Amino acid sequence: MLSSLLLSFTDYRIVNTPKFIGFDNYTRLFDGTDQYFYNSLAVTFKYVILRVPLGLMFSFIVAFLLNMEFIRGKSIFRTIFYLPVIVPAVASSMIWIWLFSPDLGLFNSFLEALGLPTLNWLYSEETVVPSIVLMSLWGMGSTIIIFLAGLQGVPRSLYEAAIVDGAGAMRKFLHITIPMMTPIIFFNLIMGSIGAFQVFTEALIMTQGGPNNASLFYNYYIYREAFLFGEMGHASAIAWILFIIILIVTAIFFRTSKSWVFYESEV
Amino acid sequence: MQRSRRISQITVYFFLLIGAAFCLLPLFWLIRSSLMTSLQIFEMPPKWIPAPFQFQNYVEALTSIDFFRFFRNTLTITVSCLAGALISSSLGAYSYARLSWPGRNIFFSLLLASMMLPSAVTLIPTFIGWRLVDLINTYFPLIMPVWFGSAFDIFLLRQFYSSIPKDLDEAAYVDGAGPWTIFYRIIIPLSKPALIVIGLFSFMNSWNDFMGPLVYLNEESKFTMALGLQMFQSLHSAQWHLLMAASTFVIMPVIIVFFIGQRYFIEGITLTGMKG
Repeated sequence: MLSSLLLSFTDYRIVNTPKFIGFDNYTRLFDGTDQYFYNSLAVTFKYVILRVPLGLMFSFIVAFLLNMEFIRGKSIFRTIFYLPVIVPAVASSMIWIWLFSPDLGLFNSFLEALGLPTLNWLYSEETVVPSIVLMSLWGMGSTIIIFLAGLQGVPRSLYEAAIVDGAGAMRKFLHITIPMMTPIIFFNLIMGSIGAFQVFTEALIMTQGGPNNASLFYNYYIYREAFLFGEMGHASAIAWILFIIILIVTAIFFRTSKSWVFYESEV
Repeated sequence: MQRSRRISQITVYFFLLIGAAFCLLPLFWLIRSSLMTSLQIFEMPPKWIPAPFQFQNYVEALTSIDFFRFFRNTLTITVSCLAGALISSSLGAYSYARLSWPGRNIFFSLLLASMMLPSAVTLIPTFIGWRLVDLINTYFPLIMPVWFGSAFDIFLLRQFYSSIPKDLDEAAYVDGAGPWTIFYRIIIPLSKPALIVIGLFSFMNSWNDFMGPLVYLNEESKFTMALGLQMFQSLHSAQWHLLMAASTFVIMPVIIVFFIGQRYFIEGITLTGMKG
């Protein structure tokens, strides 16, 4: 870790020996000499902002529906929803390139059958990030299962008390389910954001950062600098900025969590 | 009342089935396409069932690139990592949970702290380190780290071991057992479920790992399946039926292991909150 910090202050191109250059790597990033830096930050933030809330909502809803009393075959559903998680990222990227394919992909033939305009998915600057977000929802299985476990842990006595007090389904959901689940929502929020900042394989296989760098995710950018261009020092600086961003984001979440996360033990 | 309840039940099932279809459809599409000729794939509107089944694709896909070699390579790495994860993490966790030695708590907090670092930060210096000892393009960088125990596994197992009553060790100790005997006669048998969980996740991680092999391996004969698949993609980018056959081949082993160990997978996630 320390060596990475030191490296970020050097000019190290894998062929030469590291040379100390102070903050040059960092200034190069911030003053815009490296034209990709701000671009990749923007792309990554766009992805995180789309993916984290959507992912949380999607998996919470699925878990909530699965947790309904009358649902049969819970374990079958659980297995089905978890199945995509185990598919190697390389293979799932391959499947999704195919589904997204503009002329023969499944999605476009659906849209066509419904009489809707087709999309260019991965091949247009506007839709490439949302497409990858859609694909990432496919792999939400573990979040769903964590939510489900949490929902099963909400004491039934609370609901029974609420029914006695005449609460309807909506009130039970808003005043019991959501508050009791906040610690788990919080956990998934943190894990989801940390994960979302670090997308890599999808970017490498599906788009190589394209079209026109519209999917140059931060981790892929680091990889490209370090291992394709051999700029180890520069890449270390980029990596450190990612680390600091993740720390700041996590710290903000923790700060604000006090006002909305509810811990049973504090009652 | 009865009627409206019926309707809401049907609605819930309806949404769940859509969700399940969303999860299964891509996999179904993969397998379907892997069994079609390239002409059939392009047919509009798309056919759901291949006719006839084109098993030929698999033969072609697997022979045009040496997938069996990649399969063996992946297996070697996975098995070594699996052994490493189980042996070193369980020993490490045992010493953190049951043995007392100076500095134990400090080391344990260091271990936990190391979990917070994003891999992108450590990857570059680690790579340079392996390069200095001239072990790039070998399996060492992929296997050795696991043999030093993963922080997460050690943490999980330590929690598990701590829940095993101490009386058991003490009784064994009185009977003349040393720490080794206690470890493999008492602790290991009692923590089988936790060890299975760790084994499954370790298997999955090294089987599915892409970035590690990508960074450390550069000779084709040493490639893993994940790399092989990527290579295959750039070679045959237009031949979807072959690509799909190759992808199915890469996915199958994980799916089989998943169905065998399914119960433990689900338990493992709820236990640990771990991402697959």
